[in-house]
Amino acid sequence: MATYIARRLLLLPLVAFGVTLLIFALLQFLTPAERAALFVTDPRQLSSIPAIIRKYGLDQPIHVQYWVWLKQLLHGDLGWSQTARMPTSQALATFFPATLELTFYMFIPIIIIGVWLGTRAAVHKDQIVDHFSRIFAISLRGLPSFVWGLIVLMVFYGGLNWFPPGRLSLEADLFVKSPEFHRFTRIMTVDALLNGQPWIFVDALRHIAGPAMTLVLVEMALLVRVTRSSMLEVLRQDYVRTARAKGLAEPVVINRHARKNALIPVVTLSSLLFVGLLGGVVLAETIFNYPGIGKWGAEAAVQLDIPGVTGFGMFIALITVFGNLAADILYATIDPRIRLQ
Amino acid sequence: MVSVIRLTLSRSTSPQVLRVAGAALIVLVAVMAAAPVVRGRVVQHPLDVAAFLLLVVAVGVFWSLPGDFTRRMKRNPLSIAGFSIIVLFVMVAALAPVLAAPPATSRDPYLIPHAGFLPDPQPPRPGHPLGTTGYQYDLYYGVVWGTRTAFRVATVVVVISVAAGLLLGSLSGFYGGRLDEVIMRITDIFLAFPSLVLAVVITAVLGKGLDKVMLSIAIVGWPVYARLLRGEILSVKQRDYVEAARAAGAGDLRIILQHVVPNTIYPFLVYAAFDTGVIVLVAAALSFLGLGAEVGYADWGQLINMSRSWILGVPGDPFIYWYTVVFPGLVIFLFVLGWNLLGDAFRDILDPRLRGSA
Repeated sequence: MATYIARRLLLLPLVAFGVTLLIFALLQFLTPAERAALFVTDPRQLSSIPAIIRKYGLDQPIHVQYWVWLKQLLHGDLGWSQTARMPTSQALATFFPATLELTFYMFIPIIIIGVWLGTRAAVHKDQIVDHFSRIFAISLRGLPSFVWGLIVLMVFYGGLNWFPPGRLSLEADLFVKSPEFHRFTRIMTVDALLNGQPWIFVDALRHIAGPAMTLVLVEMALLVRVTRSSMLEVLRQDYVRTARAKGLAEPVVINRHARKNALIPVVTLSSLLFVGLLGGVVLAETIFNYPGIGKWGAEAAVQLDIPGVTGFGMFIALITVFGNLAADILYATIDPRIRLQ
Repeated sequence: MVSVIRLTLSRSTSPQVLRVAGAALIVLVAVMAAAPVVRGRVVQHPLDVAAFLLLVVAVGVFWSLPGDFTRRMKRNPLSIAGFSIIVLFVMVAALAPVLAAPPATSRDPYLIPHAGFLPDPQPPRPGHPLGTTGYQYDLYYGVVWGTRTAFRVATVVVVISVAAGLLLGSLSGFYGGRLDEVIMRITDIFLAFPSLVLAVVITAVLGKGLDKVMLSIAIVGWPVYARLLRGEILSVKQRDYVEAARAAGAGDLRIILQHVVPNTIYPFLVYAAFDTGVIVLVAAALSFLGLGAEVGYADWGQLINMSRSWILGVPGDPFIYWYTVVFPGLVIFLFVLGWNLLGDAFRDILDPRLRGSA
């Protein structure tokens, strides 16, 4: 177990280093003048491009340039993001809490509904619930999240006006920006409760619901299928038969004996799910104009704000790597059978 | 080297493949020999030819599979549905110049014709069966020619990522050791990104455009192929027949091409079928974000992007412009669904143990 985790931890900096190499290699597609333009924060500086090239060593051999670039990176200097009008590292810190919050509110319903539906489908195999979950899963796999998101926007904002786009409504936003409101965690729903303002909590949730709905439906399908097949596998095991033979009530057999073991593959899947959500927020946040890093990253890409988009990419990669590591460790902890690998 | 290639060819060809390939070649020669007017109408982009040929080869390979394969496929209604959907799309793509004839004045048939410059979309009506989106771009034309774009994107990306995956995966799996370690760590780096995020970053750095989108999706996609093949090769290379081939004096290249790859290729093909749908989905997502095809180009994602400005309708009638998102969205949905069902069918047939697992 310890060696397994140690090996994974050792690989972590290696992958992080590789990610910087990949991004740096990508940057080599730009001409030196274009790369120099990345350091420009003000149009008045444009005349001094040759000086910038010299200052940042952009006419140096590649390995020297990489070293200079990496040193900046390690000092937290990711360049100036034109779209956010602030340094990239500051933009990441500004936009990430909103995305984290959104991801959390997507993750919870996906897990709860997905596991519930998957269990039901397995217990009532080849009955209506099972057929429904199968059709649901099959048809959802082709559904493009951005099309579904637009439909959600059309129906739940345009039609019903339940889930407006953006982060907060106007009055809530004004209140949040006033000195009466303290930003403890920068996570809006938590801050709202800490400030004792339930109406802001509700307002924030209404704005989260749209983008969350977009991805919850699309990402849940796989979880339902995996829970179902894993449950079916477990229900065939001897210890389930033993539990039934002992005369335990069926809910106890299902929920205590079977489901606990069936959840092991679900834990692995949840790390995939996390990665899927981090990719998906780019689309969901863009559609709902939700001010998280996904929307900012997409905007930076479209406006060719290279420091912004590369900083965004590296940041997401870092989170993904940590997420996968956490899932692996969790997996090894709850399932002793794989520790030896 | 030459003998190895010849052997591989002779091994994998069956009468059906030859027949299909022959027919395709005749069609191709006929098109090329035809009057420039006809040729110009059928071939609209050099890569259309490549996409067409690849599809023909795929159909041929499919036909040449053992009879058992197709029989099992016919037993599952979902497989038939998937197969029919894809055949339908192939036909729409091939018949695009007939189904939606580009106007005589058009220089590039992939640019959707637009009648006038009225900014707001107009509902389906005679002459525009699916309506027109903003600035009067015809949705039907965009959907039909967008099918060709989708197949072109899928073909280019699959070919590049399969080629890279085949090369690096077989090197890594067959030789193992330090080379394996290096290649696998490289794939780790690529897999550290959610695929959409890396594709967004690469497209932005390369500059926008459909060609950059294809390149970036291929760069994102190859590591999965490499890892898949490597894993399969690791399990196959210890088998006796590999040992026997080596004892018979076969070189590495011959063993890889003739004994190892043909025995490991099926999971690879199953994944490619799934991947084709995903590739088109990601390409559409990038076009939707505004990184892919330019405004007015026949591309499904781009059509959805245009519909974004109209999604909320007008006060009092929020659903008035429903057709701008529903029709292109439905087409993407069916395309991805079709490839998914086809992938399921392949997997169930090639590896019955996994049936119904996901």
